[in-house]
Amino acid sequence: MHQSYSVNHLKHLESESIYIFREIAAQFQNPVLLFSGGKDSIVITRLAQKAFWPAKLPFPLLHIDTGHNFPETIEFRDQMVEELDARLIVGSVQASIDNGRVVEEKGHNASRNVLQTVTLLDTIEEYKFDAAIGGARRDEEKARAKERIFSHRDEFGQWDPKNQRPELWNIFNGRKKAGEHFRVFPLSNWTEMDVWQYIEKEELNLPSIYFSHEREVVQRNGVLLAVTEYISLQADEKPECKRVRFRTVGDATCTGAIESEAGEVDAIIREIAAVRVTERGTRADDKRSDTAMEDRKREGYF
Amino acid sequence: MDHNSYREMDLLRFTTAGSVDDGKSTLIGRMLYDSKTIFEDQLQAIEKSSKQRGDDYINLALLTDGLRAEREQGITIDVAYRYFATPRRKFIIADTPGHIQYTRNMVTGASTANLAVILIDARNGVVEQTCRHAFIASLLRIQHLVICINKMDLVDYSESVFHAIMDDFTNFASRMDVSDMTFIPISALNGDNIVDKSEHMPWYNGPTFLYHLENIYIGPDANQVDPRLPVQWVIRPHSQEYHDFRGYAGRVAGGVFKPGDEIVVMPSGFSSRIKGIHSSDGELEEAFYPLSVSLTLEKELDISRGDLISKPNNKPQIGQDIDLMLCWFSEKTKLQLKGKYILRHTTKEVKALVKEIRYKININTLHKKEDDFDIGLNDIGRVILRTSSPLLYDSYRRNRIMGSVVLIDEFTNETVAAGMIR
Ligand SMILES: Nc1nc2c(ncn2[C@@H]2O[C@H](COP(=O)(O)OP(=O)(O)O)[C@@H](O)[C@H]2O)c(=O)[nH]1
Repeated sequence: MHQSYSVNHLKHLESESIYIFREIAAQFQNPVLLFSGGKDSIVITRLAQKAFWPAKLPFPLLHIDTGHNFPETIEFRDQMVEELDARLIVGSVQASIDNGRVVEEKGHNASRNVLQTVTLLDTIEEYKFDAAIGGARRDEEKARAKERIFSHRDEFGQWDPKNQRPELWNIFNGRKKAGEHFRVFPLSNWTEMDVWQYIEKEELNLPSIYFSHEREVVQRNGVLLAVTEYISLQADEKPECKRVRFRTVGDATCTGAIESEAGEVDAIIREIAAVRVTERGTRADDKRSDTAMEDRKREGYF
Repeated sequence: MDHNSYREMDLLRFTTAGSVDDGKSTLIGRMLYDSKTIFEDQLQAIEKSSKQRGDDYINLALLTDGLRAEREQGITIDVAYRYFATPRRKFIIADTPGHIQYTRNMVTGASTANLAVILIDARNGVVEQTCRHAFIASLLRIQHLVICINKMDLVDYSESVFHAIMDDFTNFASRMDVSDMTFIPISALNGDNIVDKSEHMPWYNGPTFLYHLENIYIGPDANQVDPRLPVQWVIRPHSQEYHDFRGYAGRVAGGVFKPGDEIVVMPSGFSSRIKGIHSSDGELEEAFYPLSVSLTLEKELDISRGDLISKPNNKPQIGQDIDLMLCWFSEKTKLQLKGKYILRHTTKEVKALVKEIRYKININTLHKKEDDFDIGLNDIGRVILRTSSPLLYDSYRRNRIMGSVVLIDEFTNETVAAGMIR
């Protein structure tokens, strides 16, 4: 009986990500997994679990909390941490504001999204993490398309896109000096579609806001924003009630919803196969300028 | 896209190369556009940028021009990865710039590719850089080349121009080790033979660019003969339930492993049998590339990261004098004879001393320069290294994973070179 030794693309990606996780464990002293409660971080957490099974995760989870959350995500986060029997660290943007590390943005477009960077870097420094594992994908945005899987950060937490280490074959260079750290992205080669396919295959649970539901929203700069206590409405803005779902869950002030009837994973996959707007296209933070992401990343953003 | 067919897609990784202005960014942009894999917001963004730049049509090249510095200089300066899928395949493109200084980037992009696309401007024909790109592809053991002869619209879609370039290239490539070449006449700007067959070139009966990428048979891209598992990490749960569990975790780098197989651990030489193969989907009957697994063994052995699991009748080479082709990446330093570097090979890290520089290759003519030992940024040379402890390796030709190394500068920690073991 002869069988062909090949696997489909999803298996290939999964296997690559598991390999990356094991390299992280072997090459760093004190890694941490950035966990937002969003679908990408749920997927990487599952991959981490698989990489070390039957042992527990060899690192804690870190949530950078803007305070502007959808309550569904926080509930979900806590439940998942309990099931994993993992350690959760919360870095609070509110605390960074309270102790004067950052100043809250003003105006009706105010968002805490940019402020997260300071809280993230402070937390990394406080706990002496030498690798922060993130769920970012290269297909999300053009500045990400060039980022390495093991991405070096200098002692100020900054990324230098012109001075990245070449990354060849499957050999990752995580060597660094004291005070420097790495961002590592095990989902680099995944697309949004792959992530949803994987969620389906693994039957992963997601926070309910990913699925179609009724919600009060307002149209602003081409993005449908949820009406929450964290945004202030302009005089000419009229909230409407729509059936929507979110494609990413970030800060509630800048994560846009899309109109959708998709109530389960299968329907979402069909919708994505047809949809014509990228995921980040629903995020107001990237619409600020054409190089918004690149500028934020240089400063040490996720 | 039918999302059920998506589940059984395979993966093709390819790299693109061409000189500046040959139309590489336009080609990729055109392919994404015509295969309807670019999104409305991306299209709007480039429409806006095109207007700002004063272009009179949508500049598809802007789709793949990532970083600000590049946009300012108008050139692509680093490897960027793109993703797209058709109902048949998922593609990962390592998009590498054609700029003369960036051999480094092409080597990087080629290291994970199964196929290379080389662009030639029909007006210029085969130029020095074309030769370099073909050489790098063969050096990195990319088995499939697709040579796109672009800007056919500027040579009146001439069949004889196409054939002359094809002959030229074939002639040059006969000195290299390439098994499969396909030539396609295209106009990236107008979309001829990219996704749809060109009306301007009825004399061409071959596949369109996308059809070829979707249908080309890419054999298993890894060695299936020599069983190799470099140990990455040892899983020890320290829990009640799995008290004695010891899993030797790694990604299979070659061959096939099955439960019950007799294995040997190197360098120690201890042997045992495989008790179980654990994977993300439970226990497996067999493991092969590219699967990440963890093995449990019948005997308890002392195994750690950097060790290699293989079989008694099929072991890798073992040695401290390593003969390789080295490509230098650092702008700040040159390869130093007697210099010491950190060497990474599979999951092992050792020190390495540059014992001998045999020759440098003129990558435009492929001539060996036996009296030139000056190996700097973007140079390729044949080098002998002496390692601080033995490496367990196969030749790069036989197994890409087991035959590749990178060199790291001890002081800056930068990756300064990549090597392919002969
Ligand atoms: N006439 C013509 N021009 C082309 C074609 N492909 C690309 N170009 C033009 O050639 C120039 C360089 O293209 P670009 O894609 O930026 O080249 P790259 O440097 O290889 O990425 C641009 O002005 C393109 O519009 C083609 O097929 N026909």
